[in-house]
Amino acid sequence: MTQIKSRGTVNIATERCKGCELCIPVCKPEVLRMSTNRNKLGMRYPELLPGCTGCTACLLMCPDFCFEVYRYQEPILHEVDV
Amino acid sequence: MSSGSDILQTDAPPSQPAEKLCAFKPDLLLSEDHHLCPGCGEPIAVRMMLEAIKELECSRRAVGVIGIGCYTALTGIIDTDLVQALHGRAPSVATGTKRMLPNGLVYTLQGDGDMVNEGLQEVIHSAARGENITCILLNNGVFGETGGHMTASTVVGQRTKNTIDGRDAKEHGQPILISEMLAQLSGTAYVARCGVFNASQTVHTKRILRKAFQTQLDGKGFSFVEILTMCPTGWFVPVPEGPDYLENVLGSVHKLGELKCE
Repeated sequence: MTQIKSRGTVNIATERCKGCELCIPVCKPEVLRMSTNRNKLGMRYPELLPGCTGCTACLLMCPDFCFEVYRYQEPILHEVDV
Repeated sequence: MSSGSDILQTDAPPSQPAEKLCAFKPDLLLSEDHHLCPGCGEPIAVRMMLEAIKELECSRRAVGVIGIGCYTALTGIIDTDLVQALHGRAPSVATGTKRMLPNGLVYTLQGDGDMVNEGLQEVIHSAARGENITCILLNNGVFGETGGHMTASTVVGQRTKNTIDGRDAKEHGQPILISEMLAQLSGTAYVARCGVFNASQTVHTKRILRKAFQTQLDGKGFSFVEILTMCPTGWFVPVPEGPDYLENVLGSVHKLGELKCE
């Protein structure tokens, strides 16, 4: 087990996502990945892993306005398996 | 590598104390829903444009003149005053609008098919007259709305629906570099080209749009912003590869930067 710190987080409107994956490479901490499940449009959508910094890069590159970005007042610690 | 159980809940705002940095959509957009293709660059550019207008506190006096193209689908949700122009005629309509509303922030939103093919003379004459308007070109090198065929700004070698083996200079001619052309005219005050292929360039795009709008607000003359946008559907490239294709193929001919700043 190890601890990963999240300074920020995102609210993702997965039902609106068209699965373009533009958010994945622009995420500098590499905490976004595409789901294996599909939404009602039949598209895979991004999922968030621990370590978000709240940099808003995903929001800036999303053509479908699927991201809302928050920064925690106090960073959140997550226990994860490595 | 994290396991599947590490996936965080992201279907609602966080329950812990947090500051909202950015909402889903800009204030000047009425809805998040639109029917543009996956990976399209135009909504990204429109977000930056609307945020720039909001930051300059010009929401109430902004008047957009919209050309014909995929972005026309966004006219139902853009919350500034809008006029729908005929193909390529937006700069002329904007000229009239600005002369009747000198305190307005008048901008045109056009694609490369609309501006560089269908209405090339409109933008050239408006720029040459030094009309105090801002023209915004969303350049993706294809007529996206009507099926993705070649425009005058398609770069040599680029595949489109009717240049399936790539644009051939001998058969189809060379592309028109509209920003370079307009920058030569003494009527233009600000000309810049940017792209929305990564987050930092997208932020830079907003900075350039703000400068262009400020040029108009200061009454300096014609301002022009060319924004390179992705169209993976028209380019026959996988959607996630759209930004790289834009940067390397279109961006290598339509070079980014400020061409004129007075």
